[in-house]
Amino acid sequence: MTEQNQPSKPATTLTPGESPVVATAPAPKVDAEAPSRRGFFKWLVGAWAAFLAGVGMMKILTVRFLYPNVLFIPPTSVKVGLPEEFQVGLVDVRFKDKFGFWIVRNEEGFYALSTVCTHLGCQPNWLEAEQKYKCPCHGSGFYVTGVNFEGPAPRPLERYRIVLAEDGQILVDKSKKFQHELGQWSDPEAFLRV
Amino acid sequence: MWSNISKYVTDSQVWKSIIRHGYPDTRRNRVLIILSNVFLHLHPTKVPSHSLKLSYTWCMGGLTFFLFLVETLTGVLLMFYYRPVGEYAYNDILALREHVPLGIMRELHRWAAHAMVITVWLHMLRVFLTGSYKPPREFNWGIGVVLLTLTLLLSFTGYLLPWDQLAIWAITVGSNMARATPFVGHEGPGSKLLNPGLFGMEDVPLIHATDDARFVLLGGPFVGEATLLRFYVLHCVFIPLAAATLMAAHFWRVRKDGGISAPTDEFSKPL
Repeated sequence: MTEQNQPSKPATTLTPGESPVVATAPAPKVDAEAPSRRGFFKWLVGAWAAFLAGVGMMKILTVRFLYPNVLFIPPTSVKVGLPEEFQVGLVDVRFKDKFGFWIVRNEEGFYALSTVCTHLGCQPNWLEAEQKYKCPCHGSGFYVTGVNFEGPAPRPLERYRIVLAEDGQILVDKSKKFQHELGQWSDPEAFLRV
Repeated sequence: MWSNISKYVTDSQVWKSIIRHGYPDTRRNRVLIILSNVFLHLHPTKVPSHSLKLSYTWCMGGLTFFLFLVETLTGVLLMFYYRPVGEYAYNDILALREHVPLGIMRELHRWAAHAMVITVWLHMLRVFLTGSYKPPREFNWGIGVVLLTLTLLLSFTGYLLPWDQLAIWAITVGSNMARATPFVGHEGPGSKLLNPGLFGMEDVPLIHATDDARFVLLGGPFVGEATLLRFYVLHCVFIPLAAATLMAAHFWRVRKDGGISAPTDEFSKPL
């Protein structure tokens, strides 16, 4: 090993904080205040993270924007009147258009029948002369009980919870429904006995 | 005399500021006419004669675009009279027929809509039968499928706007399909998987009838006034803009993919 093979050392000595520069090249001016490359990338990553977080938050809020906080729809729980206001054997159609149910009074009591056809969701009409609910969309027919007997409807109409309120009125609660094919019509709240 | 006037016009600053090419009496000028026009530049600068054959293209793509323009024009005119509010909507539709001059404007819009659905299908049939979906045109076929969907959605959203019984129950039946959307429809496959059962709320599903895809579409649990407004905005603004954007890409891709397709031996013929 000769001296020439050893790593050459800079001809000038470095003071702390100064970049090592090759002695033969003229020393570039180093500004201590200038941002370093690494510092710049750290800043860049932080900026992108903040930007993407903001965009993501806006996306979530935009989806949330599509869900209204207030719905201008009729209440799902309705007091329909005192039991003696209903005639035995009649289907009461007063609540059909606004609230979406019929009140049927028979010898034993009351039930509230949904006006949503079980085929594709149209609204059947009660035909008093023919004693049936008939859907104008595709012709499904239901007996006064709500059981389907003609047309494409695959199952009976649904019934809603019907109870007596504290003030003696009949209360129909649409948030709870009873399906015949699941044996739920025998539930005490699916039929109001008087 | 005449040549002096025409020279005066074509030398004027107004003419030169608009038109930057000579008469189409050379190939170069014919190319420049297409290239220097923002609307024509989507077109190829040269059109092979075979692609003008009606027996090959049926002109169904062009007719579809023409009908889209008819829909845009008549639709904007209808918007001057129609108000998408439950109180007014149905009566405005009647007024468009009874009290507004040219009472068939709404019918023109409706007929062109029916025709556009038919021409879109026939265009797809033609493209399929001529094998024009094959490389290098696969991506443009994909754009076309999306455009077909947008056309059907335009029909569907426009269906509600007359706000009569047919409209309301047709949209009720149609939107019930959204209940069965995978994961985000409350009766769809996988919607139960999105019930995390956190905080002891196992019986409160995340996706239910009043927050699923159908609810967002209708703006409520059933077809109501919120639905009318939502469908109106989708029909008049959102879907037409999306369709117009994709149409520009569609036409531009036709040029970039080598023009309208043809049997291979057609390419060996001189233009």
